[in-house]
Amino acid sequence: MKLDLLQALNTERAARRAAVLVTDIASGAQRLVRAAEAAADPLADLVAQHLRTGKSGMAETPAGRVFLTVHVPPPRLVVIGAVHISQALAPMAKLLGYDVTIVDPRTAFASPERFPDVPLIAEWPDVALPPLGVDRYTAFVALTHDPKIDDPALLHALARDCFYVGALGSRKTHARRVERLTAAGLDAATIARIHAPIGLSIGAVSPPEIAVSILAEITARLRLPAEARASVEPAPEKAAS
Amino acid sequence: MLARDDDILKAAEDWRAAGKGVALATVVETWGSAPRPVGSALVIDEEGRFLGSVSGGCVEGAVVSEALDVIASGTPRMLEFGVADETAWRVGLSCGGTIRVFVEKVE
Repeated sequence: MKLDLLQALNTERAARRAAVLVTDIASGAQRLVRAAEAAADPLADLVAQHLRTGKSGMAETPAGRVFLTVHVPPPRLVVIGAVHISQALAPMAKLLGYDVTIVDPRTAFASPERFPDVPLIAEWPDVALPPLGVDRYTAFVALTHDPKIDDPALLHALARDCFYVGALGSRKTHARRVERLTAAGLDAATIARIHAPIGLSIGAVSPPEIAVSILAEITARLRLPAEARASVEPAPEKAAS
Repeated sequence: MLARDDDILKAAEDWRAAGKGVALATVVETWGSAPRPVGSALVIDEEGRFLGSVSGGCVEGAVVSEALDVIASGTPRMLEFGVADETAWRVGLSCGGTIRVFVEKVE
C-alpha cells in the first residue's frame, strides 16, 4: 500500500467516516473509495453493498478479482449516567473496542476519581450530546434513572440512527417513560427501539453483571442478523396505548 | 492494551513515516472455522516487530517471516494456511479452517 493512501485511509477513520479500500489481487494496485464518493465509483453497487454490511471480502469484477477492505468507524458507546454500573461498563466496553464517553451533569457522580481514563462530560445532555456527533455506529445507554437527564438524552439518540438504544429501569419505570416520550411526540415504533429493561436476561445482579448483560445485548445488536437475535432477545413488548 | 484495527493501521503509517520498512498482512478469504474474520490485519516492521493478528496465534510467525521477504522485495504475496496444507507450510490452523492472507509492503 502506498503511504499516502494509508494516510488518507487513516484520516477517514479518525474522522469516523466509512471508506473501502479496493485491492486488485493480481497486480496489487489499490484505491480508496470514501463513502461519500461511493455512488460515483465504477464498482458503486459492490462498494455500497459492502458498506451496508460492514464486511470485507473478495469479489469478481469485469477487471479481475478484487479484495474490498471495509473500514467503518469503530463502534462508540455513549453512557448517560456516571453511576455504579457505568464504572464497570466503561472499562469492559473499552476492552470490546468501543470508544466510550460518559455524560452526567451531576459532578458528584461525574468525577475523574470514579472514572479514570474515560472521557467524562459533566454537562446536561442538551449541552453534552450535540458535539459528540452521535451516529449509526453509536450504542447509547441511559442509566441515571432520572427522567430529567435520561429523557432528553433518549430523545437525542432516537432522533439519530444509533444501532442500539437502551434504558435502565423496571417494566413499570419504562411504562412511565413510554408515557412521557409519547407525550413528547414520539410514535410507538420509535419508542419501541429502546431496549428496556436494558440488557439480556441473564439474572444479572451486581453492577458488573448488569454491565455484562448490557454489553451482551449491544454485541447481539451489532453482530447478529435480525432473525438470529430473536433467540437471545425477549420479544418486543407492545407500547402502552 | 489490546490492539484495535485503528491502532494497527496507525502503527503502519507511523512506523513507515519513521523510516522503517513495513508490511501489512490482511486476511482476505476464510473457509471453515477461521479464528479471525476477513479484513483482520497484522502490521510488521523490518525488525519483525508486529501488531494485530490474522489468526489465533497459529500462523503469525510464518506471516512475519514472509512479510520480511515482502519488505525486502516490494512484491505482494498471497499466503494460504490450512490444516490440509501441511506439506506446503510447516504451520497450520488447529481449528481446522483455511485462511488466505495478502501481504503487501507499505511504500
